[in-house]
Amino acid sequence: MGWFGAPAEVGERLRGVDYLADEGIVTSVFLAGALEKPLLVEGPAGVGKTQLAKAVAGATGAELVRLQCYEGLDEARALYEWNYKKQLLRIQAEDDAWEDIFSEEFLLERPLLKAIRNDAPTVLLIDEIDKADVEVEGLLLEILSDYQVTIPELGTISAVRKPYVVLTSNATRELSEALKRRCLYLHLGYPTPERERDIVLAQVPGLAGNLAEQLARTVATLRSLELKKSPSIAETIDWGRTLLALGRAELDEDTIGETLGVVLKHHSDQARAVKELGLS
Amino acid sequence: MIERHVGFVAALREAGMPVSLAEGLDAANALMVIDLLDRESLREAYAATLVKRPVHRPGFDVLFDLWFPPVLSSEMSAPEEAEYDPNSSAEQLRRVLQGLLLGDPDSPAFREFVRAVVERFGRVEAGPGRQSWFSYSVLRALSPDTLIARMLNQMLTERGGLPEKMARQQISANIRKFEEAVASDVRRRIAEESGIERIARSALRPPIDRLDFLRVTKAELAQLRREVYPLARRLASRLTIKHKHGHRGRLDFRRTVRASLSTGGVPLTTHLRPKRPHKPELVILCDASDSVSSFSQFTLLLTFALREQFTKVRAFAFVDTVDEITKYFAPGTDVLDAITRMTKEADITRFGRTNYGNVFTRFADRYGDAIGPKTSLLILGDARSNYQPPAVDTLKQLVAKARHAYWLNPEPRPQWDTGDSVATGYGAVIPMYECRNITQLAAFIESTDVGAR
Repeated sequence: MGWFGAPAEVGERLRGVDYLADEGIVTSVFLAGALEKPLLVEGPAGVGKTQLAKAVAGATGAELVRLQCYEGLDEARALYEWNYKKQLLRIQAEDDAWEDIFSEEFLLERPLLKAIRNDAPTVLLIDEIDKADVEVEGLLLEILSDYQVTIPELGTISAVRKPYVVLTSNATRELSEALKRRCLYLHLGYPTPERERDIVLAQVPGLAGNLAEQLARTVATLRSLELKKSPSIAETIDWGRTLLALGRAELDEDTIGETLGVVLKHHSDQARAVKELGLS
Repeated sequence: MIERHVGFVAALREAGMPVSLAEGLDAANALMVIDLLDRESLREAYAATLVKRPVHRPGFDVLFDLWFPPVLSSEMSAPEEAEYDPNSSAEQLRRVLQGLLLGDPDSPAFREFVRAVVERFGRVEAGPGRQSWFSYSVLRALSPDTLIARMLNQMLTERGGLPEKMARQQISANIRKFEEAVASDVRRRIAEESGIERIARSALRPPIDRLDFLRVTKAELAQLRREVYPLARRLASRLTIKHKHGHRGRLDFRRTVRASLSTGGVPLTTHLRPKRPHKPELVILCDASDSVSSFSQFTLLLTFALREQFTKVRAFAFVDTVDEITKYFAPGTDVLDAITRMTKEADITRFGRTNYGNVFTRFADRYGDAIGPKTSLLILGDARSNYQPPAVDTLKQLVAKARHAYWLNPEPRPQWDTGDSVATGYGAVIPMYECRNITQLAAFIESTDVGAR
């Protein structure tokens, strides 16, 4: 079963769920489906990495299973866990229950196992993999290459239907070669002003075209300054919403000065922008 | 197609990109399912399967353009259709370029123009009967940078302020695209005449993480800066992870009992109190002289990034005398401002020639108490002391007082001890590491625990 028929179809269907994809995104998303390989999406915060996974799920009508990674994430919270309480109760209730306390009944499924065992189409999103410890990557390798999970007490569980796997990373640390080798790689950067304008228009209905254009150009200029944190697409969209709520029709210097806090969240960044752009 | 694919993969490997056998197979599989006639889709398919690091992407694009050159519409659009005549004067062509730079640089007209001007200006006689192609002769003939003022006048009714800034940004982005397009077309022509392999080797600059600190261009320096922050973060997060996995403290009775409630009062899992983390202190001494200016700019940025991650960092800069620069790098200040202020205000220069011996003596005098048993000392410099006495003993005492000490040297190892370098002399009392690029810096961070535990 294929996820998408052709690259062109990917673009169209993603647009149907308000995700505007460029050539690189379209091709990678298509290949991940066609080759049945996980897609590793890397890039700065707020450029739509997680959104891409959601859009793929939305466009294909698949269920989205999400595993949020964080420091200290372990097998018990990512893969599966035995229901100790229930096991203990069973042992107390029946004396000879030692044999069957490791069965399906006592298994608590966590996102990874759930995605593997789901027989409906599934998009598995492993979010911010760089935040997790290196050991978690090792845990993922079996799933990413063979779509199977080994539970010592039960044996190997293979995927009923291979899920569409998307991993995202902010590149705060280098991922292991073994992980990268198993994935297709997509680097998401900041979009061109033209694409950003279209994104803003799609996400903020009611915003005038020329205002979106000005917005996208201003944000591109801000990104060219050396800021501590460049504005993300999400922040551009917030800015668009702000302008709409304030009822501004023009993005002039005063308006930028008043609303700069929506896109720049560090005092030094704001000071720098004010100085470089000649705002008063 | 197979041959071309294998050749392309080999070329990528030769350019230093780690393409494994499995990845090559993935790429071949990808070629089966995409439309090979769509060049951009082919490019992205290769990129998705073979290029797993953003720093390798520019090199990949150059090689891709060489191995899979765009199909040229052999009957170039007839001259009367185009609004310009490729044989007209340079001034007229400049006017055409001006119009194109204001428009969309991805349009076919733009590409057509690039090809026409390379054909016209790019050919240079390189000896009897031989010719070659150069992009600088094209850029010199058209000098797009001098068009900026004219274009600004055309775009804006009045100059200054935000609109000008934004217009400049747009124009210079388009000019860069024009320059890249010219360079790429020149490479394509050379490849047609003398074979892909020859040009591929010379056309590539090393990826940014292997670039020599002492030989970076200005644009690359900006790119390097962006690489610094993740490194500092990695260093800091490495230390925090260390604390977590390190020795655990005493039993946390309360949490253990609470946890035992879910197992009917049997304490199946015990919880331990985390041990109090040791706060690492860092003292950085960095050479700010001209001979290592791009390196020192870079190390100052590293200093700045570290300053934001650690609570106790003291930074000192020196040329022939030393001054504390910690205050310029307070968290929250703007890093470029800080560097300008530092070079203006800090007292680091007497005669303007590096003198390591004097620096160490003065440092031990004035700031000797900065180094204690908890401190890690990091020295950044090329160990070239202009034949002045090196004061190795003073350094030895400083190193002995510190918990750890490291010296990062931006010069390649074979050049150590040549001329006025006293690398080995210092290297005998403090471990010295060659640190010429981001990769080596990352390797240094991974291999040592700067101030950990």
